[in-house]
Amino acid sequence: MNTPALAAIAQAEQGTSLWQDAWLRLRRNRLAVCGLAVLVCFILIALLTPWIAPYGYAQQNLELGAAPPSAAHWLGTDIFGRDLLTQIMFGGRISLAVGFIATAVALLIGVTWGAIAGYAGGRVDAVMMRLVDILYALPFMIFIVLLMVVFGRNMLLLFLAIGAVEWLTMARIMRAQVQALRQQEFVEAAISLGLSPAAIIRRHLIPNALGPIIVYTTLTIPSVMLLEAFLSFLGLGVQPPQTSWGLLISYGAETLEEYPWLLLYPGLALTLTLFSLNFLGDGLRDALDVRGARD
Amino acid sequence: MRFSALQFLCVVSASLALLACGSGESNVIQGNRDGILHFGNGTEPQGLDPHVVTGIPESHIVRALFEGLTVKNPYTLESEPGVAQSWEVSADGLTVTFHLNRAARWSNGDPMTADDYVWSWQRALSPAMGNQYAYMLYPVVNAEAFATGKLDDFTAVGVKALDAHTLQVQLNAPTPYFIQLMDHDSTFAVHRATIEKFGKATDRFTPWTRVENIVGNGPFQLTDWQLNRRIVVEKSDTYWDRDKVQLNGIVFYPTENISSEERMFRVGQLHYTQTVPLDKIPVYRAMQDSPYVNVPYLGTYYYLLNTTKPPLHDVRVRQALAMAVDRERLINTVMHGSTVPAYSITPPGTLGYQPPTLFGYDVARARALLAEAGYPDGKGWPGLELTYNTSESHLKIAVALQQMWKDALNIDVTLGNQEWKVYLDSVHQMNFDMARRGWIGDYVDPNNFLDLFLCGGGNNNTGFCDPHYDEMIQRQAPQATSREERYAILYAAETLMMQQMPILPIYTYTSNHLINPSVHGMPANLMDYVNFRYVSLQKDEKDSE
Amino acid sequence: MWRFIGSRLLQAIPVLLVVITVTFFLVRIAPGGPFSSEKAVIPEVKAALEAQYRLNLPLWQQYTAYLGDLSRGDLGPSFKYPGRSVNELIAAGFPVTAELGIYALLVALGIGGLAGVIAALRPNTAQDYIPMSAAMIGICMPSFLLGPLLILVFGVYLEWLPVSGWGDIPGDKILPSITLGAAYAAYIARLSRAGMLEVMSQDYIRTARAKGLPEWQVVLRHALRGGMIPIVAFLGPALAGLLSGSFVVETIFQIPGLGRFYVQAAFNRDYTMILGTTVFLSALIVSFNLLSDILAAWMNPRLRAQFGER
Repeated sequence: MNTPALAAIAQAEQGTSLWQDAWLRLRRNRLAVCGLAVLVCFILIALLTPWIAPYGYAQQNLELGAAPPSAAHWLGTDIFGRDLLTQIMFGGRISLAVGFIATAVALLIGVTWGAIAGYAGGRVDAVMMRLVDILYALPFMIFIVLLMVVFGRNMLLLFLAIGAVEWLTMARIMRAQVQALRQQEFVEAAISLGLSPAAIIRRHLIPNALGPIIVYTTLTIPSVMLLEAFLSFLGLGVQPPQTSWGLLISYGAETLEEYPWLLLYPGLALTLTLFSLNFLGDGLRDALDVRGARD
Repeated sequence: MRFSALQFLCVVSASLALLACGSGESNVIQGNRDGILHFGNGTEPQGLDPHVVTGIPESHIVRALFEGLTVKNPYTLESEPGVAQSWEVSADGLTVTFHLNRAARWSNGDPMTADDYVWSWQRALSPAMGNQYAYMLYPVVNAEAFATGKLDDFTAVGVKALDAHTLQVQLNAPTPYFIQLMDHDSTFAVHRATIEKFGKATDRFTPWTRVENIVGNGPFQLTDWQLNRRIVVEKSDTYWDRDKVQLNGIVFYPTENISSEERMFRVGQLHYTQTVPLDKIPVYRAMQDSPYVNVPYLGTYYYLLNTTKPPLHDVRVRQALAMAVDRERLINTVMHGSTVPAYSITPPGTLGYQPPTLFGYDVARARALLAEAGYPDGKGWPGLELTYNTSESHLKIAVALQQMWKDALNIDVTLGNQEWKVYLDSVHQMNFDMARRGWIGDYVDPNNFLDLFLCGGGNNNTGFCDPHYDEMIQRQAPQATSREERYAILYAAETLMMQQMPILPIYTYTSNHLINPSVHGMPANLMDYVNFRYVSLQKDEKDSE
Repeated sequence: MWRFIGSRLLQAIPVLLVVITVTFFLVRIAPGGPFSSEKAVIPEVKAALEAQYRLNLPLWQQYTAYLGDLSRGDLGPSFKYPGRSVNELIAAGFPVTAELGIYALLVALGIGGLAGVIAALRPNTAQDYIPMSAAMIGICMPSFLLGPLLILVFGVYLEWLPVSGWGDIPGDKILPSITLGAAYAAYIARLSRAGMLEVMSQDYIRTARAKGLPEWQVVLRHALRGGMIPIVAFLGPALAGLLSGSFVVETIFQIPGLGRFYVQAAFNRDYTMILGTTVFLSALIVSFNLLSDILAAWMNPRLRAQFGER
């Protein structure tokens, strides 16, 4: 038997040490730690915003209008004379919450769905994946309008709508990975050891398919934040004077020639989050990669 | 990778530079030389059948391809001869006789006759046609009965061809604006033989308006129609007044995205834009020889107040909300001074009519009224939702007003945007507290705004109903013998309505365009009306850059 | 292999039927009809309009009538554009969108795939960080931002390229293709890097290396195939997304494609157009997903055995 198969058996025997090992390895990856630090920092700011924001988020100063950064307003103001830094801080609360929660929902459904379909194969796989095809094909816009009319607007619905869209691709990627992994020796070894399908999926298939999944997840978070802006603009989700990074960016894009700072700073916040997520994601992937680690 | 990306960029930019050299001439320069106007037209037209279409983009194209009995002078908006060479109104104001120009031809060479109009009006009014603007012909005797299916015999409708070139129309009541309506798509004549070649008169689906089929009577003829791309018309050689037409052709672009439209203008792809992005206005206004045009437009932007639901069932609350809005400040800041504050429904100066101004920005009075209504300093305020359709400009106004109400009255108003069709449902079923609304006049007359608020009117949507008001609008005003007397009655009615404040007027619309300086004969006017017959292009002296 | 394709094609029939049925009833539940407009529509006019479009029939009759038409390939008349059939509108828009989608895909695969593979060869070096950072910025740049930015730089400031249009002025296809492709390029770069890294640590690559093959042969002959599996799984939906999601790019660049019709149909409650575009797009999605599954199977030697190819 070759190394992954042995590793699989070792894993099966003491599943927890994998995660402890991973954490140790992650801590040695400087970029990943930086990414984690930035994310924790953003989350802390988001939590503390109501107490530390320099201005009230709805506080307008129409006469001031859109002004470039100054001593009073470090990042400038928007067309209503509202402080941009405050807007970004409050927007971060919404965006981070939507980004993480909706992605977690998508991840949970998508990975489970894809793993089961890929592992089971045959008729189960066919039915499950055709359902995914159907959901892809339904007109999203009508779906959103209906959601709004039937349930009114609230944040829970927003997570639901976004999760409902984002898990589909996740499921396809997961399924493809699992299919590829299923017939490898270490899985066969696990089957011959008499592990239940659930255990095999949880302990062997998911950890080994994590690479693309982590990457896709880190990519999903920013796209979810932008999708939120689109839905909010359509009326589902946050309503003014509340805001989010996605909304700030989409309004900023409209006036990128006249008031570039309205685009630049929210864009920076989003980009910084994405970079941190990716470094963290890559670090996690490397840390969890049993085979890679033995190289 | 950085290297290959750089290389890629170099290759791309080099090839672009080459391409750019090949086609250095912009649409505008080329158009000025060839007499072709490049016109940003907003959206893809729904169609080109004058009795089917309803929108402004459609009407621009339809007016190039068809001509009404009368047209309007773009400088004065007074009616002037179109297909009708002249017309007279009887002393009692009830009979209008049009004398058709004998030189008027269809684009296939057929002469235009009074029978064409009788047949076309029957088509326009047929219930099966589903013409949404059929009501433009309602001043005609029995037209409404025919259009609503209460009358089947069209010969009972008050329009007759006395001979091939004389059309006589009987009206229900003196209608001073009737001649103006002859310039509306819905009253245009269409070519019977062409339509019948492709189906029944009232079929909406036939391909008779396609390039290869369409027969019109306007100054231009359709030569190309590519969906969502462009519509091209060229000067017609059968049009009776062709010698006066100075353009050789027009290209209409469906410029849906207003930022894209502005950029097209900036690089010389367009002579004319349908609108201007709000935040670009200061930039263009500051330019020398500014292409920016801004004039009052016959329309009012207002909020509907639902008078059937608390807290807005109390007139004092409605008045307090209206007085707490600082319109000047809103317009001078967020809107960059591009509109005019409104304090009533009728736009000021509609054919000389000035609406009453019953209130102004007055925080102290607003606070007092709100306290009287039981909400001193906003205490006990039950909350209120402002409904508007998804759009950035509506949003901006709503956000500013939300804060003004909070500052002045200490009350919370939540914002709820709805997708367009959902919003329409909410408005028409009065399923809202307060809702954004705009009304654009179909013809220049205060009546077009004031008859909105008749009891149970389809576009009233506020619950306002006052029999005395209806009496003045429907009975007294049409009986007036002079314009002054009529306006006095309308003024009294408008005062009565605005005292009840079923709406919260915000601003009078303006039309905003970017127009290349080489374009002449496209004056700004209240109707945002373009008469392409008047338009000409100045050839560039240096011809190319 | 053929059996697999055959059974998937058979499965497509119930998928399409479910999509049609659900969509048909969903759009009818949505508030606001195709004829509601800002100025109130007179009841008589509304009734006449509804009669012209069979809307006066009971709903189930409308449904069976629609299925009947559909089986003859007739998608019905458009509500928004009287005188145009849905078939005609799709025929006008699809070629443009397809062309745009293909160019965008080439941009995405070319730039993204290359960047990902190069990055994966030397992980955690500058050769990795630079293309990956570019990819991340690409993901943060939604097309509603990248499009105007490219137009302003290359169209307005430099005046090298047209700011709008499709096939009207030479060079007007370049910016939209890049804009639409960029977002996907970023995804592909990230996914292919991850996929490649995964594969490079597998046993058969080690075996190949142990056999003394040069590195480029290892990559091209062995690694690439396995490393592209996640991309291929992503490509199915991505292709469909390129076609239906080109709406933003089409609007910014004034491109007469299907994406605009698809999204506007929903806003206009153009029932037949919504259904028509949905049916059309779902047929495409089903075929692309099938295609991507076949590709994935072909690229994975272990899965290939399933189809009895070897």
